[in-house]
Amino acid sequence: MSPLGTIAIRFMLLSLVAVGGVQSILPEVHRVVVEVHHWVTDVEFTQMFVIARAAPGPNMLLVTLIGWHVAGLPGALVATAAVCAPSCALSYFAAGVWQRFRGAPWRRAVEAGLAPITVGLVLATGWLVMGGAPGGWVAYAITGLTAAVVLLTRVNPVWLFVIAGGLGLLGLV
Amino acid sequence: MTPPSAGTAGRVTLGELYRGFFTAGARGFGGAMPWARRMLVEERHWLTPREFTDVLGLCNFLPGPNIVNVSIVVGARFGGPRGAVVAFLGLLTLPFAVVLTLAALYSRYGQVPGIDAALRGVGAAAGGLVFATGIKMAEGLPRTALAVSFLLLAFVAIGLLRWPLIPVLFTLAPLSVLAAWLRRA
Repeated sequence: MSPLGTIAIRFMLLSLVAVGGVQSILPEVHRVVVEVHHWVTDVEFTQMFVIARAAPGPNMLLVTLIGWHVAGLPGALVATAAVCAPSCALSYFAAGVWQRFRGAPWRRAVEAGLAPITVGLVLATGWLVMGGAPGGWVAYAITGLTAAVVLLTRVNPVWLFVIAGGLGLLGLV
Repeated sequence: MTPPSAGTAGRVTLGELYRGFFTAGARGFGGAMPWARRMLVEERHWLTPREFTDVLGLCNFLPGPNIVNVSIVVGARFGGPRGAVVAFLGLLTLPFAVVLTLAALYSRYGQVPGIDAALRGVGAAAGGLVFATGIKMAEGLPRTALAVSFLLLAFVAIGLLRWPLIPVLFTLAPLSVLAAWLRRA
């Protein structure tokens, strides 16, 4: 089979088990692309992971980079489409069901039950992202200031990201 | 599909869906979720805070990055199948281009000067943004002992103990839903 076909099938299968995003299938992606197909080396895999994290958007872009490495732009497009299509189709179907049962007692219970867990996960993600940031008082100040601006003002935090990036660039973080 | 009720725009065009999710994706360094909430709830008022928490809760259980699923669910709600595709494309257009550009630069020069340093700063800001978004979302929750308990359990298990997401999610969620079901008036 052509590499594009193999990429499509491999990533479509992985798509449907990726609850929690690409993080949860990372070991399996690594096994498939490094150990089974030898599409990329261990070192390249790590580098792609870092690049995907550096770009905006979901870390799933790692898969885009693997496709690009194997087959150029068509590879990038096929890999991205393959890893998204099955989970997106499922989401589309779920959105319809969810909307149809709006106001049903069981849905209200699911909604009420999931809400605190959803918020707990967002707070946990924030905690983990803060933990992954470099230490030092400049980093802590950026984190605290960003949180305060978001909570207390209507200022668009994108400016804080620009300033924080600039401080990093100057070697101050 | 019918648009959501309270506090939201009645009609959202495909062009608006594309632009809305494009901004969320374009700003999404360190994660697009807080930017998507800002765009959907605070800037464009397409969803109420409660509706956003509801949609995100659903999307956490679906496979795939939750923010991609949010684009599909919200796009479908306002524009059917075409809305879903347009919102999805809006979210990913710029990140897709950026990641390929970065990869090209890395493969050519071995490293991109400044990127790592800039990201150290951005990472610190991203943590504050996500945490503050969580606090905003918590403000909309009912103040019951049950809700607070499950919020703390999820936070401690994932954030402090760093347990794997899937077993935690699939243990806590049924318990929390069951509790909510038993308490319904």
